[in-house]
Amino acid sequence: MSQQANVPSRPRPRIDEESRPWWEALGRRELYLQRCLECGALRWYPRALCPECLCDRTQWVRASGRGKVYSLTTVHQNQTPGFAGATPYLLAYVELEEGVRILTNVVNCRPEEATIGASVEAVFQDIGNQTGLLSFQPTRQQA
Amino acid sequence: MGLARQAAIVGVYEHPTRFAPNKTAFQLMAESARGALADAGLSLKEVDGLCSTGLGFGATGIVSLCEYLNLKPGFVDSTAIGGASFVAHAAHAAAAIAAGLCSVVLIVYGSTAASQRLAIGTAGIGSADPADQYETPFGPTTVASYALVAARHMHEYGTTAEQLAEIAVTTRMHAGLNPQAKYREPITVEDVLASRTIASPLRLLDCCIISDGAGAFVMTSAERARELRRRPIWLLGAGEAVGHGEGGLRDYLETAAAQSGRAALARAGVAHREIDLAMIYDSFTITVLVTLENLGFCRRGEGGSFVSGGRLRFDGALPVNTDGGGLSSNHPGMRGVFLVIEAVRQLRGEAGPAQVRDCRIALVHGTGGTLGLRHSGATLVLAN
Ligand SMILES: [Zn+2]
Repeated sequence: MSQQANVPSRPRPRIDEESRPWWEALGRRELYLQRCLECGALRWYPRALCPECLCDRTQWVRASGRGKVYSLTTVHQNQTPGFAGATPYLLAYVELEEGVRILTNVVNCRPEEATIGASVEAVFQDIGNQTGLLSFQPTRQQA
Repeated sequence: MGLARQAAIVGVYEHPTRFAPNKTAFQLMAESARGALADAGLSLKEVDGLCSTGLGFGATGIVSLCEYLNLKPGFVDSTAIGGASFVAHAAHAAAAIAAGLCSVVLIVYGSTAASQRLAIGTAGIGSADPADQYETPFGPTTVASYALVAARHMHEYGTTAEQLAEIAVTTRMHAGLNPQAKYREPITVEDVLASRTIASPLRLLDCCIISDGAGAFVMTSAERARELRRRPIWLLGAGEAVGHGEGGLRDYLETAAAQSGRAALARAGVAHREIDLAMIYDSFTITVLVTLENLGFCRRGEGGSFVSGGRLRFDGALPVNTDGGGLSSNHPGMRGVFLVIEAVRQLRGEAGPAQVRDCRIALVHGTGGTLGLRHSGATLVLAN
């Protein structure tokens, strides 16, 4: 196919008090992950207590926004409102440089331009209320 | 004390329907209960344990089902871990029987997924759980979550679409031997590859069908089982596990089957080479491939060649899904109950043209949920 991978008009995330700093950082176009101040474990997804040691002393550490595609699928069928007209789109796990694998979309490219192992960089999309969504696009120029 | 031969399956019934627009799910369950109890030679009033769950079950759906059947059991279990639930229920029922909590347990499932036109695989999969907010905005579907596992498997090991298609082809051949199967016309690897892509690399014929359907089985104690009309099919061992994101560090080719299968086989004291039949939840072709690897039937990465060459046929080296599976026979949203029913038919020697020769030990593995997000696994080892 030759069309661009679409950017779906996505359902809004159901933000809660545990997750608000993540979403507000994305609203500032910044990426922060949680690290446990007791055992040092980095964790995904954000939550109040470290799932390794149940400590609730947490540090938000800045992440680079660079990563590699860990797995990738081109979705051709999704009946959910907001996605039904957005197919095909790319759903992926991106492994961040910091080591965690997160579910996301790969955007701003044709489906065949994205492959497992490809370098990608963060793309921030404003979704209002000073929050944002994190997608990725193929890295255009290598550092 | 383990569960080996503490409880047996003494009655089974697979509802013949694949499309029942004029029936409710509860009616299908009651009809299946009637069939399984008749098979066992037991009456409804002897049931003192009930296990079930369902797509439309409310928080106390099991109580509603008790009311519908006018049962007042002393043991109920509506563990809901997706399609694997009924496989897990069998283990829970055996444990409850062994502990003296009850003596006759009915495990039942029914659904009108097809006549309600539920888009099980290709609708969104939202929930109120905390992880949902990090997933739903990106458009995951059930098919897409399995596709992420398939794509990674292809990337790491060179597994091909043709190899995945072999699973669909073999399963359809089995369905051709089952008069009740929904799709019975033979298909080829080329047919699978020519079907439209749902979420790459998974095509339509890599995906389970959507049907209505229902089934039930009855378990009781060793002592009681020996007095009944049917040959008891014994539970030798069981295991359960879950798979999830592991704090962002999960290896997505490792599934719950590794943990549950290891536990079930160790508890049963059974080695892989002793297994005559494997009933493996086939939500998608990739589910079968990675489950066989994780259960240890072949090494990780070797699933593609393992499923090729007719190995999974009823007359092959490891017969798998001899009833036509969810890929071709029936898949009313959850399929665990049918895995158990077909294993029992085979172990009794009642599987008709798809009968596995000298079938003495069967492994049943249910996978529930979304393999590439979070899922469950439940394994049983059964013997005649
Ligand atoms: Zn910690």
